Amino acid sequence: MIRLENLTKLYGSFVAVDDLTLHVPRGALYGFLGPNGAGKTTTLRMIAGILRPSQGRVLIGGDDVQAAPLAAKQRLGFIPDRPFVYEKLTGVEFLRFVAGLYGQEGELVERRIAELLEVFELTSWKDELLEAYSHGMRQKLIISSALIHRPECIVVDEPMVGLDPKGARLLKDILGEFVRRGGTVLMSTHTLEVAEAMCDRVAIIQHGRIVAQGTIAELRTQTAAGSASLEELFLRLTGGTVGRELAAVLGEEPPA
Amino acid sequence: MRQPTLPHVLRPKWHTALQRLREERSRGGSGKLLILTVVGLTFWGAVFGVLYRTLGYFSRVEDLGPYLGGKLLGLMLLSFMTILILSNIITALSSFFLAKDLDLLVSAPVDGLRLYLAKLLETLVHSSWMVALMAVPTLSAYGVVYHGGPLFALWVPVTIAPLLVLPAVLGYAVTLTLVNVFPARRTRDLLSIVALGAAGVLILLFRLVRPEQLARPEGFRNLLDFITVLRTPTSPFLPSEWAADAIMGFLQGRIDPLPVALLWTTAGAFVTLGALLHQALFAHGFTRAQEGAERFVRGVVWRATVGTLLRPLPVARREFVLKDIKLFFRDTTQWSQLILLAVLVVVYLFNIKALPLFQGERVPFFYVTLVSFLNLGLSGFVLASIAARFIFPAVSLEGRQMWLLRSSPLDLRALLWSKYWVGTVPLLGLALMLTGLTNLLLRASPFMVLVSLVTITALTLAISAMALGFGALYPQFETENAAQIPTSFGGLLFMMATVVLLAVVIVILAGPVYAYLRAAQAGDAVAVDGTMITAFALAAAVCATATVVPLRVGLRRMEQFEF
Repeated sequence: MIRLENLTKLYGSFVAVDDLTLHVPRGALYGFLGPNGAGKTTTLRMIAGILRPSQGRVLIGGDDVQAAPLAAKQRLGFIPDRPFVYEKLTGVEFLRFVAGLYGQEGELVERRIAELLEVFELTSWKDELLEAYSHGMRQKLIISSALIHRPECIVVDEPMVGLDPKGARLLKDILGEFVRRGGTVLMSTHTLEVAEAMCDRVAIIQHGRIVAQGTIAELRTQTAAGSASLEELFLRLTGGTVGRELAAVLGEEPPA
Repeated sequence: MRQPTLPHVLRPKWHTALQRLREERSRGGSGKLLILTVVGLTFWGAVFGVLYRTLGYFSRVEDLGPYLGGKLLGLMLLSFMTILILSNIITALSSFFLAKDLDLLVSAPVDGLRLYLAKLLETLVHSSWMVALMAVPTLSAYGVVYHGGPLFALWVPVTIAPLLVLPAVLGYAVTLTLVNVFPARRTRDLLSIVALGAAGVLILLFRLVRPEQLARPEGFRNLLDFITVLRTPTSPFLPSEWAADAIMGFLQGRIDPLPVALLWTTAGAFVTLGALLHQALFAHGFTRAQEGAERFVRGVVWRATVGTLLRPLPVARREFVLKDIKLFFRDTTQWSQLILLAVLVVVYLFNIKALPLFQGERVPFFYVTLVSFLNLGLSGFVLASIAARFIFPAVSLEGRQMWLLRSSPLDLRALLWSKYWVGTVPLLGLALMLTGLTNLLLRASPFMVLVSLVTITALTLAISAMALGFGALYPQFETENAAQIPTSFGGLLFMMATVVLLAVVIVILAGPVYAYLRAAQAGDAVAVDGTMITAFALAAAVCATATVVPLRVGLRRMEQFEF
C-alpha cells in the first residue's frame, strides 16, 4: 500500500534520509522506530507530500506522490507530531474545511463530523475557537481530521504525544479497528510498549537508513536477542545503553 | 543564590537577532543589502532634505527663526513620544505576557527585577528602533542648519535616550494594569482597536484642520499673538519639551543642564516606579494572561451569506474562501487595520476636494484632466500599499498549517485562486470607488472617467497578483504577526515593482491622454487612431503580463515549499 523506493533527502550536505526502501502492505500496522534525529519525521513528511525527496519516490496505492499527488493524497490521512491548526476556526469549521479539501461536503460529512467529535469527546467544544483548545484536544481534532475523508492509509507521527490515557487508548483502538477493516497504518513512535503491543511489523531507522525490519520475533532472531523486549532490541540496534553514567548525570544521592 | 546578569538573560535575544542577520545576509547576498541601503539612504535623504529646507527658511526669518525651529522640534518630539507610548503598550503585551520565552524565564529562579529590566529593554528596542532611525535625519538637519558641530552628535543621544525610556515604562504600566483587568488575549484585541482608532483620529484631525492654511499670509491676523504663542512652551511638564529645550539650547550655544537633568531623573524615577508596579502586579497579570479568550462562535452567518453566494464554486475553493474570510474578521489585529484604511480613503478624497482647482472663473479643463490622469498613479500607489498589508502576507500566514494543505489533495492552483480573489474583489471595489469618486469630485470628462476606471481595474488585477506572487517568493513563515510581514525585504521589493508598473502604464497612456487634451482644447472630436489603440493595447498587455507572470512564478515557488 505504501512503498518507498530508494528515498533520499538531503539538506545541503546533510543526509537526513539515505536511500531508504520500505514496503508497508495493505492491512498492516507498521511501526517506524528510531532515535531522535534519525529521519523518521522527514520520511513521514515525504510520504505525505509535504517534503520533496531529493531522490527516489513514494507510492501510495500505486500512485506516485510527486507525479500524481492528488490521487495519492486522496488515499492518505496524515497526522503530524505538532498540531498546528487555524486558531480562529472552531472545531466544526476546521473539520468541515478539511473535508472540503478532499472534495467532500453535504449531509454525510456533517454526520461524520458529529460522530468524530462525539468519539473524541469534543462535542461540547465544537463551537469554540481552536485557540482555546489544549494540546491534547488539538491532537484529537487533527486525528479526527485525518479520518474525515475515510482514507485507505494513515501516516501518523508520534500519535500519543499530548493525549491523556483515555485518548491514547481510544487512538490505539481506532488504529487497530482501522487496520482490521483493511486500512494501512504507518506509525512513528517513541513509545516502545505501544509499538510492541500494536504493530505487526516494525522498521528501525538510524542515520536515515533502515537498520532492521520485520516482526518483533524476526528482529529477535536477527539480533540473537533471545526473549529480549523491544526496548532492549531497540537499544541494541541503535547503539544506546541503559543507565549509562546515571550517577554522573543525577549527581550524588540526596541525604536521607 | 547568585542571580544571572542582565546581559545573560538577554543573550538569547541578541544571539537570535545576530543569527537572523547572518541568515538574511547569506540568503539575499550583497544585492539585498545594496537595495536596502539605497532605499534607507534615499528615505533618510528625503527627510533630511525637507527639514533642511524648512529649517533653512525658518533661520532666515528674523527674531522668530529659533522659536519656530524649537517649536517644530517640540512638536516632532511630542509626536514621537505619542507614537512610542502607543507602540510600547502593544509591544509590552507581547514581550511581558505572551512571548514564548516567558515560561522558561518565569519558571527559572530569576528575580523579578531582572526579568522586568530585561523585558523592558526588549520592549524599548522593539518599539523604538523605527522612531530612533527617523530621529537621525531629523536631528542631523537641526545640527547642520544651526551649526551644532561634532559635539552635537554626542549631545543628542544623551538627550534622546531618556525620552525613549519614559514611553517604554509608561506603555508597560498601562499594559500591566489592563492585563490585570482583562485576559491578555482580550487586551490585545482591545489595544489594537484603541491604538488604531487613536491613530486614525489623529490623522483625520491633523488633515481636517488644513495645516496648509497656516502658510498663507492672510492666516496671520495678529503677529504679536503668534510670537507670544511661539515663545511659551506647550507645557513645562512635557519631557519632549525638555528635550527640545536641551537640544535648541545647545544649538544656540547655551548649555543648560536643567532639562537634561530633568529628563534623566524622571526616567530613573519612572523605571523605579515601574519596577515597584511590576513587583506588585506582574504575577497576577501573568497568570491572567494564560487564560484563553473563551469565545464561542457559531459561524452560521458566514455560511448563510458568503457560503450561499459561493455555492457555484467547487467545494475546496468555497471552503478555502470561507475560511480566509472568517480568519480575517475573527482576528482583531487584522480587521482593525480597516479603521486606518477608512481614514486613508477619507483623507485621500478630502485632499482631492481641497485642491484649489475651481477658484477662478475659467473651467480648469487642463488641470482637471491632468489631475484625473495622475491620480491613477497615486491611487495605484495607495492600492499597492493596501495590497502589501492585506494580500502580500496571505501565503506566509498559511505557513504553520501548510502540513495540512500539502498533505491533502488540494490543488495549489485552487489555493492561489482563492487567495487571489479574496484579496482582489475588495481591492477592486475600493479602487473603483476611489477613482470614481475622485473623478466625480474633479468633474472629469466622460473620456477620462472611462480611461481611469478601465486602467485602475487592470492595475488592481495586476497589483493583487504581484502582491500574492511576491508574497510566495519571499514568505515569512515564522512571523506570527501579519502586520510585520509587509515590512520585510520581499514587501519592499513588491512596492518597488509596483511603482515601476505604475510608471510604465502612466507613460504609455500619457500619449493618448495628451492627444485627447489637444483635441478637446481645440474643440475637435477625439480621434481614435492607430496610435491610441496601440497605446491602450500595450498598457493592457503590460497589466496582463504583470497579472499572469507573478501568479505563475508564485505557484511554482509554492510547489517547492518544504516544511
